[in-house]
Amino acid sequence: MTISLSGQKVAKQIAERFPEVVSEVTDQAVVVKSESIFKVAEYLKNSQDFKCDYLNYIAAVDYYDYFELVYQLTSREHNHSLVLKTRCYDRDKSIVPSVVSLWRGADFQEREIYDLMGIAFEGHPNLKRIVLWEGFSGHPLRKDYL
Amino acid sequence: MEISRYSAYSDIELDKAEGEQIEALKLRAQEPIPDPDEWLDIEMPSNAIILSTVDALLNWARRSSLWPSICFPACCAFELIAANASRFDLSRFGMEILRASPRQADVMITAGTLTWKMAPQVRRIYDQMAEPKWVIAMGACGISGGIFRSSYNVVPGYNRIVPVDIYVPGCPPRPEALIYGIRMLHNKISKAHIVSPAKKTIEKREELP
Repeated sequence: MTISLSGQKVAKQIAERFPEVVSEVTDQAVVVKSESIFKVAEYLKNSQDFKCDYLNYIAAVDYYDYFELVYQLTSREHNHSLVLKTRCYDRDKSIVPSVVSLWRGADFQEREIYDLMGIAFEGHPNLKRIVLWEGFSGHPLRKDYL
Repeated sequence: MEISRYSAYSDIELDKAEGEQIEALKLRAQEPIPDPDEWLDIEMPSNAIILSTVDALLNWARRSSLWPSICFPACCAFELIAANASRFDLSRFGMEILRASPRQADVMITAGTLTWKMAPQVRRIYDQMAEPKWVIAMGACGISGGIFRSSYNVVPGYNRIVPVDIYVPGCPPRPEALIYGIRMLHNKISKAHIVSPAKKTIEKREELP
């Protein structure tokens, strides 16, 4: 069974490396600032302590005030997993750095989030609609979509 | 952040053309295609004049070996597969072969929810089937969109896209219900006239681009 790392433990190590990046910590997850999600993800992937070489999923949640992106990462070598979150407060110009260059599995999931939630991923090689067609207006999974 | 392109992506021009095609189809499919039901009241011809005999023979031949095409976008397909398998055994009606090519089929059983993105393909399957052809709308989604009717991406009934002959309600309908629908379609085919085609009084829709 994969061991879930506690948010406090992960946040402590992230904060040692990148100060003022972690914005909130819970038992389960670490919330980091959206502009630094790429460097934190890169650190979690490459550092010897974490070695998170597998991205389980990316999910997006609309909390009215902000969008929250949830990344679950797993290390096959250490057999542990952790949850990384980031928040995007701008509804009109929602831009978050892409992690496709770290995990190829993020490609279609980021496109789906872009399609249905309207969050643009900066640095994605092929950011366009995947489920709906070109020319569809709006992003249907947003809470304010009618 | 430089990312090399590992895989071949489709061109944005192709995506735009697809989007325009879907929007055009959506615009044309605002109203359901009418499906007249006068045939329900028609009595079976009993007089043995030569024309009705030709009709009877042709209709018997047609209804006794319907060949379904493959159009199973969602979960009703499993009831169709169950109906096709040994317990319910559609081969009793001469329709055990599900053709992979619509050109070899004459009945489309629309088993499942249809999204607008899939709609042009379903219309193309229907257009490629050889005349005479019939459509059975199977399940709540096939009839009206079902529980997904008000969704942003679901076609509210196959009769927006293709002319439907028989509606089989249920979510999903059991194989018995589907077989009853197929028997009704047999009934409808057996009342068709070759000389004055009463089968389809639906005007042909303009072809897709």
